[in-house]
Amino acid sequence: MAYTTFIPSEFRVVIDKDACIQCGRCAQQCGWNVYTFDEVEKRPVPDHSKCAACHRCVTFCPGGAISIKKNDLAFKHSDSMSPDLIKAIWKQAETGGVQLTGMGNDRPYLRIFDHLLLDACQVTNPSIDPLREPMEMRTFLGRKPDFLDVAADGPTDGNGVSPTASGTLRLLTELDRQLQLETPIMFGGMSYGSVSLNVHRSLAMAATELGTFMNTGEGGMHADLEPYQDHIIVQCASGRFGVDSSYLQAGAAVEIKIGQGAKPGIGGHLPGEKIDYEVSVTRMIPQGTDALSPAPHHDIYSIEDLRQLIYALKEATGYKPISVKIACVHNVAAIASGVVRAGADIIYLDGFRGGTGASPTVIRDHVGIPVEIAIATVDQRLRDEGIRNRASIVAAGGIRQSADVAKAIALGADACAIGTAALVAMGCHVCQKCHTGCCSWGICTQRPELTRRLDPEWGASQVVNLVHAWTHELAEVLGALGVNAIESLRGSRERLRGLGLDKMTLDILGVKPAGL
Amino acid sequence: MNPRGLGNLGPSAPVGRIRPRGTSRQAGPYPGTEPGQEFAPRPAWREESEQRILGGCGLMGVCDQSGKRMSGELALRSMASMHDRGNGLGGGFAGYGIYPELPHLFCFHLLYNDDVAKDDTEFYLKKHFRVVMDEPIPTKPIRGIENEPILWRYFLDIADERLSETQLSLEDYVVHAVMDINTYVDGAFVASSGKNMGAFKGVGFPEEIGEFFRIDEYHGWTWTGHGRFPTNTPGWWGGAHPFALLDYSIVHNGEISSYGINQRYLEMFGYRCSLQTDTEVVTYLFDLMLRRHGLPVEIACKALASPFWKDIDLMPEEQRKLFTALRMVYGSALLNGPFAIVLGMNDGMVALNDRIKLRPLVAARNGDVLYVASEESAIREICPHPEESWMPLAGEPVVARVSEKGRQKAIAQTRLSAGQRRAARSPQDAVVPGVA
Amino acid sequence: MIGQGQEERAAAPDSAVVRNVPTGPARKGPTGIEPARITAGQPGTTRGTASRKGARVVIDGKGVYYKTLNEQIREEIERGATEVVLDNIIGQRYIGTGLAFPGVTVTVNGVPGNDLAAFMNGPTLVVNENAQDGVANTMNSGLVVIKGDAGDVLGYGMRGGSVYVRGNVGYRVGIHMKAFENRQPLIVVGGHARDFLGEYMAGGEIVVLGLGPSGGPVVGSYVGTGMHAGVMYIRGAVDEHQLGKEVRATEPTETDQARIRDIVADYCRVMGMAPEEVLQEPFVKIYPYTSRPYGRRYVY
Repeated sequence: MAYTTFIPSEFRVVIDKDACIQCGRCAQQCGWNVYTFDEVEKRPVPDHSKCAACHRCVTFCPGGAISIKKNDLAFKHSDSMSPDLIKAIWKQAETGGVQLTGMGNDRPYLRIFDHLLLDACQVTNPSIDPLREPMEMRTFLGRKPDFLDVAADGPTDGNGVSPTASGTLRLLTELDRQLQLETPIMFGGMSYGSVSLNVHRSLAMAATELGTFMNTGEGGMHADLEPYQDHIIVQCASGRFGVDSSYLQAGAAVEIKIGQGAKPGIGGHLPGEKIDYEVSVTRMIPQGTDALSPAPHHDIYSIEDLRQLIYALKEATGYKPISVKIACVHNVAAIASGVVRAGADIIYLDGFRGGTGASPTVIRDHVGIPVEIAIATVDQRLRDEGIRNRASIVAAGGIRQSADVAKAIALGADACAIGTAALVAMGCHVCQKCHTGCCSWGICTQRPELTRRLDPEWGASQVVNLVHAWTHELAEVLGALGVNAIESLRGSRERLRGLGLDKMTLDILGVKPAGL
Repeated sequence: MNPRGLGNLGPSAPVGRIRPRGTSRQAGPYPGTEPGQEFAPRPAWREESEQRILGGCGLMGVCDQSGKRMSGELALRSMASMHDRGNGLGGGFAGYGIYPELPHLFCFHLLYNDDVAKDDTEFYLKKHFRVVMDEPIPTKPIRGIENEPILWRYFLDIADERLSETQLSLEDYVVHAVMDINTYVDGAFVASSGKNMGAFKGVGFPEEIGEFFRIDEYHGWTWTGHGRFPTNTPGWWGGAHPFALLDYSIVHNGEISSYGINQRYLEMFGYRCSLQTDTEVVTYLFDLMLRRHGLPVEIACKALASPFWKDIDLMPEEQRKLFTALRMVYGSALLNGPFAIVLGMNDGMVALNDRIKLRPLVAARNGDVLYVASEESAIREICPHPEESWMPLAGEPVVARVSEKGRQKAIAQTRLSAGQRRAARSPQDAVVPGVA
Repeated sequence: MIGQGQEERAAAPDSAVVRNVPTGPARKGPTGIEPARITAGQPGTTRGTASRKGARVVIDGKGVYYKTLNEQIREEIERGATEVVLDNIIGQRYIGTGLAFPGVTVTVNGVPGNDLAAFMNGPTLVVNENAQDGVANTMNSGLVVIKGDAGDVLGYGMRGGSVYVRGNVGYRVGIHMKAFENRQPLIVVGGHARDFLGEYMAGGEIVVLGLGPSGGPVVGSYVGTGMHAGVMYIRGAVDEHQLGKEVRATEPTETDQARIRDIVADYCRVMGMAPEEVLQEPFVKIYPYTSRPYGRRYVY
């Protein structure tokens, strides 16, 4: 092969010739056209340099003949100038381009969830059996008052044992509208355009069945999602794609997207290849053009502008709950405090591990702070200012397992949102090539021959299974902690201990080290 | 001096900013203080109580709703019969109506490690209150009660100008003082701070503590008692139950697994949970919900032991809205974990179980007198044949209310001269009510 | 009574006034007055007076510590008593615990303390008042009759024998009851039962009759949660939402009805009631519908 690039393939496709039944399915399944099927020799011939390691061919090969290996070329070892960085320099030298990537930060920064341990009850306090005894996960997101006004009608019992007086008591306080979740897990916003319509359909059906919520992302809400609109949060992002009054009326709540964890401070970019007819209708932009979300909302240059937008949306929607999604950056606590005082009912914190359909690698991998720190500082700051009740905190950005959900809630979040995990449930292999639009699994692409591979019913059942399993695991954790309602874990940092974290981090998290 | 705060402490007390916070119904820092300041760790007994001291094991309460006063001997005997529920490391009683000569003054029961603490606290009290009377709390030397702190009580009044200067209500003023003394004076602890009531507690079996404090010589319309089985150290008298603030006192059997969030929720409203025991949060939660938020006591109990969603979903519309709102707003006040608590108040007594009744509680009534205890036999010890006895439902409060008239009458009676008293003494006064 | 002599008592005015008790550094060491022993709950070694007449002995349990009392009971039985009557019982624990003497009847007058008849193996134990928590804890065999109410966690891990309660019972009754081969435990409750009845039941029978004036529900919520063997017969209505996930409610079969009649007949005989009125109301049978209710919940 003639020399065209310095950059070696990342992976090598290895086909076991004895197991290969020469059906050609691998060539048909691969979204990146790795395989050409040699008609003469009747065997697939791979172009290793195109392989994304998405394992579509591996999964669908009837003979189980395919294996994807790392193309492990030996470089002279250097912990500083590692092979990945060398290849990145080559790529930029050859193209002059900004590296683009998908999904979330894959660098080895400290994973704080993995350094937190949960408590369990013994002897002095019984643990609770989640299978047989009640375990309550119901969560309400929205603004809550500091106290309630209750009127007692009729004569109150003077002497003697009073019967259940609740029959004569009446609630006077009018509460703001809330979102009711039957499990503290919901779905983060992924735009239609970055993911396929079938993904949206799957998430909408799953959210409805689970009693939780999905988020349209900044790409508007396709008409097919209308039957599920009571479980959909519609997003109003800087590009205002698809935002008109019927859109705002449709959702259960509106989310203003200020930033996202994968790319704090910069806008979104959806390449024109991913804007087909349906996407263009939903986003209300011409087909084939690039969909650019500007970095800031151009009507929000200061915090009072945000307040103005929030109340504009409230007026437009009859005072539905308004959520504001921010990326976790250094002064996230101060920002969050400002956002809450600006009138947000829910604040969505997206940590630096959050996923995306496309982001410059330099931003994804080097900007932001972990969501664990953000939850802890935001929760404490809101409590210090006495405004914690005004907004619920939703934590997102690298929530990978039910234990992460438990720890996030213990740190102070009201609920967690998942994005990457939901896509993985639908078949995603996190190959980080979402920005190419060639997803063999039909998830983050708009090519019809690929998107039809994701059956929405099947996708919904996968996601429902995942959230059910996590909810049951969460129940096991709560049972071990001796609580039978999620509100007794929320913010209870006493139930966490840190292992291998430095004192400053522990102080910021408000968590004691194991042993104390 | 901050015109809205209570000012500085005694001469040798550690100099710290007093940060009175959140006296209104809203959460939030008190105007005039800096937000985000670190809570100072309580210096006095950090060594003793790095760990949380867990809830104890046997309790009782008795309340004569007609206001007639009973000897504390009843509570003592009832707790003695439950001797094996404790391990001798904590016992205590709260009595209501026990100071009929001075019913309108706040009575502070203080425990001091040493004279320095006493001097500092008295400096503080004299600066912020008018000390009408102060004296040692009478005790009797009892074998088994050792290392007792200095025990003193003060009857306090507050000048009106002082109140208007600080713009605090009477009760908030007292709460600030209690929190200040507990947090900033090394070695001093306010065991109770209510009117016409007092808490007597320490390290020992409850019957020993009761004899030590001579509670048979006091008479009150409500008594609560407690015996502890702590699994962490304490040699600390302040760790025993009841925990009292103003005239709310709590005795508690069980452990609160939601303590972490209950504590942080209360801190948002200005309470400082520095006593390292989970029972403390129960007292503060009642103070918050009953006094500052003005909720009826039944609703406050329902916030602490809320009905399950599956039951709320089946309720009629109005009730469903009420309980959903209650759980939404007071979710951080939900007490999770096994518990039985008895709350004493100036006008009554409330007993409550957790929502799946993991701790025992039995109630009984004989005439106007209501009894609750961890074991029925503890009630039978002092009332052999009650008219009715029952086991309360999980999460359903048992409420006793002492009539205002009865209380006034009981107080007035003691104002008669000694001679008049002797003449008026009826057989009833000599016999413990409830015994056949 | 407590403390000092009568003279000092008379001199004290009946409100608390100042006494000059010295303050200062705390005293150490075992000094001071011995606290008075005033209840049966406090440790003590004095036995109760016993009056014997043939094989019947009456022990006055007033103020007798449980350990001493139970020793005394055991001795009397070993000495040949077949009928033991305990008077003035207030809260003594573990009465009947571990007693392995079939053919012996122990009668309790008063309210016994916790863990009555725990691990008991054979005797008949009758309580003429209310009982407290933990009755028949892991009981092996024998008969316990409570003429009043009983508390929580009755029959925990019961393996055999019968418990008859005239009145109401509390929470978690019959939890972990087990049957094995010919040993079938039985609990019959005359009044109502609270939540978690028959939790984790692995055999045996629980019958709740709902007699008595209360008029509320006969059983609570989470009935039979975790049950995987055994059966419950409830006299009255049981709603769907009261049942645990592992059980179903249905009409009793002919065999069930015959068994119910037998149980009720014996219960009424012991309690001195007429069975006809009890049998007039229909019963509901509650049973587990699978022996592996969590088979699909776990993945390996």
